[in-house]
Amino acid sequence: MTPTTIPASAGTRHLVNLALVRWHLTASAVCYAVSLLAGLAYAFQFNNLYPFAGIEFLSPGRVRMVHTNIAAYGFIANAFIAGLLFAIPRLTKRPILSDALGWVIFWAWQLVLTLTVIGVLAGFGQAIEWGETPVFVDPLVLVGLVLLVVNMTVPILQSTEQGLYVSLWYFLAAFAWTGLVYFMGNYLPQFWIPGTAGAAITGLFIHDLVGLFVTPIGWGLMYFFVPLLLRKPIWSHALSLIGFWGLAFFYPMQGVHHFLFSPIPMYAQYGAIVATIAVEIVVLTVIVNFFGTLHGRADAIRGNLAVRWFFTGIIFYAITCFQCAFQVTLTFQKIIHFTDWVVGHAHMVMYGVFGFWIMGMFIELWPRCIGRPWATPRLLTAHYWLTFVGIVIMVLDLTAAGLVQGFSWAGLSHWGESVVASMPFWWVRTVAGLIIIAGQGLFLYSMWATARRPATEPGMVRIGTPVEA
Amino acid sequence: MERFGASFLIAGIVTFLLGFFLQGVMPVLTLRKVPVATVEELVQTIPPEFSDLAEEYPVEFERAFGEVSLASLVEAIELGKENYIAEACWHCHSQFVRPVSKENIRFGPVSTPEEYQNLMQLPHLFGTRRVGPDLIRQAGKHSNDWHMAHFYEPRNIAPYSVMPAYPWFFDENKRPTKRALALVAYVQWLGSWAREVPGTIYNVDAMRGGDQ
Repeated sequence: MTPTTIPASAGTRHLVNLALVRWHLTASAVCYAVSLLAGLAYAFQFNNLYPFAGIEFLSPGRVRMVHTNIAAYGFIANAFIAGLLFAIPRLTKRPILSDALGWVIFWAWQLVLTLTVIGVLAGFGQAIEWGETPVFVDPLVLVGLVLLVVNMTVPILQSTEQGLYVSLWYFLAAFAWTGLVYFMGNYLPQFWIPGTAGAAITGLFIHDLVGLFVTPIGWGLMYFFVPLLLRKPIWSHALSLIGFWGLAFFYPMQGVHHFLFSPIPMYAQYGAIVATIAVEIVVLTVIVNFFGTLHGRADAIRGNLAVRWFFTGIIFYAITCFQCAFQVTLTFQKIIHFTDWVVGHAHMVMYGVFGFWIMGMFIELWPRCIGRPWATPRLLTAHYWLTFVGIVIMVLDLTAAGLVQGFSWAGLSHWGESVVASMPFWWVRTVAGLIIIAGQGLFLYSMWATARRPATEPGMVRIGTPVEA
Repeated sequence: MERFGASFLIAGIVTFLLGFFLQGVMPVLTLRKVPVATVEELVQTIPPEFSDLAEEYPVEFERAFGEVSLASLVEAIELGKENYIAEACWHCHSQFVRPVSKENIRFGPVSTPEEYQNLMQLPHLFGTRRVGPDLIRQAGKHSNDWHMAHFYEPRNIAPYSVMPAYPWFFDENKRPTKRALALVAYVQWLGSWAREVPGTIYNVDAMRGGDQ
């Protein structure tokens, strides 16, 4: 399917604004590089080799906030907006409400990211995990989110298609959730609700940002891209119903699991644990559904790099869900809370799952946006393997480090012993990060080399084009 | 079709509100009878470490906060908290003691909700990661000088430490600036309301070789 034009009212507007998609992808790639380098610098602090030691505005504590916030709001959000700009018009057969508004949102969002980096480096970071964006940036974020929702919800609600496809359920729910979640997390514990109750709400924010923004849009895009690339419908409509409603019901009520054994009332802690285990079971139905869809087309994992990224991400998703159902219990929390185990888990979810899905989207969308097939298939394969090996080493390493730290603390060793024992693990983490970054270097070079190729027509690169021979 | 699409938006809002009520509003309701103290209401006594600070760094203290008083203590710990947040100390230091993993032996009494019902915990600083130790029972565990030297270069005090050095808290003569005094006052105030009783076995690290 090449982009079709909309007759009558919409004039000759293209269905998908590929220029917008391309710029969001580019911004995402830039943020990706920034986030990875910030993460690498921070990792070096743990080897006492911090490259910017003594420079106030590049202090490791501040650079860590650049790493996490630019990963979430720069890399992931920009890539998701690109995916939505591509998927929603094709699912609804209507373009987004306004291209001009799309550009306003694009620049507003990049302004948000720039101000966030400047703000946290200048010492205005908020003490809300994943919401460190300075308080003066928050209103702009909310305005941007509302405009984004308007721009994308109108075509969905106007669609005359028979029945809404499952992707659109997820997108609509995420549109309702994201602004609410952002407002709740950045304003209530900051200005109105102190202490223990504020911590409960922060926990909800940490969790909802992953659960109600990243997860539904990520799954919605998977429901769009996987059937498209495999050229077959999703395996089970019933399972996708269970997956959506299970997520919608259970996911919003598990925030306190970030603060187990804290002074937050125990009923809230127990409730969060039960809801978490419930959602892990429900989410397994989604994973089953995708493997059901893959059945009979498993060759695509060899021949199509995008599909390979997607399904590697889905396998990581299954692993994190399994892990989560255990680590959320009080028994595990005694030891692993406050340790690198949780850091490993966060990297597997945000990077191993959603980062991998985004990489798959890049593989598929970048050639279509710039109208040239990938120039460097071999480098892209190397990129996949370096990233895969890097993240697997990092997660295994941090999980093991977490156990060492947790048992060292519980055993009442001197605090310094837990630090000394962690040193080798922190070295391995740095090396794993270097492997990942080497892969991303190849990837960014590939994007650039592809963009410099002689032009063919935009949109003529067909979806499902195998990247590898 | 429009109504069908809107139903997912409405479902999103309803499920969000349900979760928000169960996990956010109910803890607020549970704690509604514990009044939220302002910093002035909260700070009723001057910890000895704060008076010591004025004696140890008289010129710098005088310039920064004037006399030792409840008002200057409030100013110092509020500025200290501000810097604690700006440097994101809370990414590597938690501020609550759990009733498990022998934390009451290592750090001191287990945290209770009412300790956090005050504006020094707006936003709360629970933290989710411990690279360094918990700080909510930190008052008096080390001397002011220990903290100053530690902020300047942690590895001079604890060779294994991975904490960043904060030389920008000190002037060109390596004397503490207002920020350094405020941070030390803040850290030395944390837990001053729940001090350990001498002779108990709190703070296992201090017992086993002094430093942390």
